[in-house]
Amino acid sequence: MTDKTMTAEDVVARLRSGMTIGIGGWGSRRKPMALVRALLRTGITDLTVVSYGGPDVGLLAAAGRIRKLVTAFVTLDSIPLEPHYRAARESGAFELMEVDEAMFMWGLHAAANRLPFLPVRAGIGSDVMRVNPALRTVTSPYADEASGIREEFVAMPALRLDAALVHMNRADRAGNGQYLGPDPYFDDLFCEAADAAYVSCERVVDTAELTKEAAPQTLLLKRSSVTAVVEAPNGAHFTSCVPDHGRDEAFQKLYATTPYAEFADRFLDGGEHAYQSAVQAWRKEQRQ
Amino acid sequence: MIACAEAWRDNGEVLASPMGPIPSIGARLAKRTFSPDLLLTDGEAMLVGLDGTPEGWLPYRQHLTMVTGGRRHVMMGASQLDRFGNQNISCIGDWARPDRQLLGVRGAPVNTLNNQTSYWVPRHSPRVFVERVDMVCGVGYDRAAAAGPSATRFHRIPRVVTDLAVLDFATPDHSMRLASLHPGVTVDQVRQATGFELTVPDEVPYTREPTDEELKLIREVIDPKGTRDREVPAADAARR
Repeated sequence: MTDKTMTAEDVVARLRSGMTIGIGGWGSRRKPMALVRALLRTGITDLTVVSYGGPDVGLLAAAGRIRKLVTAFVTLDSIPLEPHYRAARESGAFELMEVDEAMFMWGLHAAANRLPFLPVRAGIGSDVMRVNPALRTVTSPYADEASGIREEFVAMPALRLDAALVHMNRADRAGNGQYLGPDPYFDDLFCEAADAAYVSCERVVDTAELTKEAAPQTLLLKRSSVTAVVEAPNGAHFTSCVPDHGRDEAFQKLYATTPYAEFADRFLDGGEHAYQSAVQAWRKEQRQ
Repeated sequence: MIACAEAWRDNGEVLASPMGPIPSIGARLAKRTFSPDLLLTDGEAMLVGLDGTPEGWLPYRQHLTMVTGGRRHVMMGASQLDRFGNQNISCIGDWARPDRQLLGVRGAPVNTLNNQTSYWVPRHSPRVFVERVDMVCGVGYDRAAAAGPSATRFHRIPRVVTDLAVLDFATPDHSMRLASLHPGVTVDQVRQATGFELTVPDEVPYTREPTDEELKLIREVIDPKGTRDREVPAADAARR
């Protein structure tokens, strides 16, 4: 089997300005932050970012890398509003396709199933239609037996991605990805909706190791929809990656209250190792 | 809290999705007393009993199925709410370049078209109860009607609970009506705190007060640490 392991630098070297990139996880949960940090170290810009948004969106927005964002919300969970995202929106920094959470999911399903759209009972009646004038509706070809009515739905367009970035608890070298937390979020859909899917993980293990102690249902990603695997311990930091680690609330608070330039200067300018060391150093300072 | 709990009365075996501390206490109180069949989550991906025992798995995508399948009654928050129940949690000001960016539409559009959606407003004020919301996230009665049968088919907003009163849409045109006043609150207070003309019946009842058993449950079992007081100060809470 093909060994798909590579470094975060290898991954971002395959990305280009202007691409549409889907980012897995949800809010401030299991975000592929090591890959996002690697992306921030490149000159890549002009991105269309597709995300159930958290600090991934905040960082990319603060660094001015987003041309267009597709999302239903951006939040840090324990801090309800993402400060960098707010600032970017309030200064009109990028284009926004704001859709409902379910519409977003059906857009990924459509892309994963190679359909141009899927119908969804959401969006009509709301201003989602006003702020997305390109959205179309579709009338059911089937009449309701009792009323004779043919219902109208939103035709959610496929959210096809050039690349997906997700973070797993474990993966093998072939690209089989495993989550050990309570929620898969939509990470398998992101991978299936993408032309290339890049998976970072806490630990790369032998294939046999994956099901030694965990149930087979935890095998979320199939290698056929995964392009590359990056071993990135603590790679979701500061978002949660249970059961390996929870959210680093203290560090998240620091992130949310520090001007981006200052934060980037201290934590983002070196490589991933430098980031993790800078976090350790900061933590040590806090204890004193 | 009683008014929030009452939202889930006679709902049967549906998922109660409370957003915020007081609706959460309300949902747990309802399940402990008059609506024992309600399903609750741990706020993550598990369905849990009152003692936290898991009884089911409900990750986000299954949660969205529960929304569209209708076996759910959510109580959402609202940054703005208008007389027909249109709700905004996305942004204040012009959407293209907002004065204040908030959370985003989240699941409000899908919630309102598919399952019962009530609202909780901890501070009843003209800033929340506005003539027109800046961005319709949750769909109100007028907008649903204009959007047609697929929007109205499962659309229902049972109630809006605030720190002053309970409001509903039991009027011929489904505009907002004062359903009950919390004890100690006057009609004028509610009118002044509402930024549009509210339908006020000739006789407005008071929101029912908690029974001794309910008070004991809230204080000693459900919320012994008093998180409810952080959302609505105790002086106000005493009225309920």
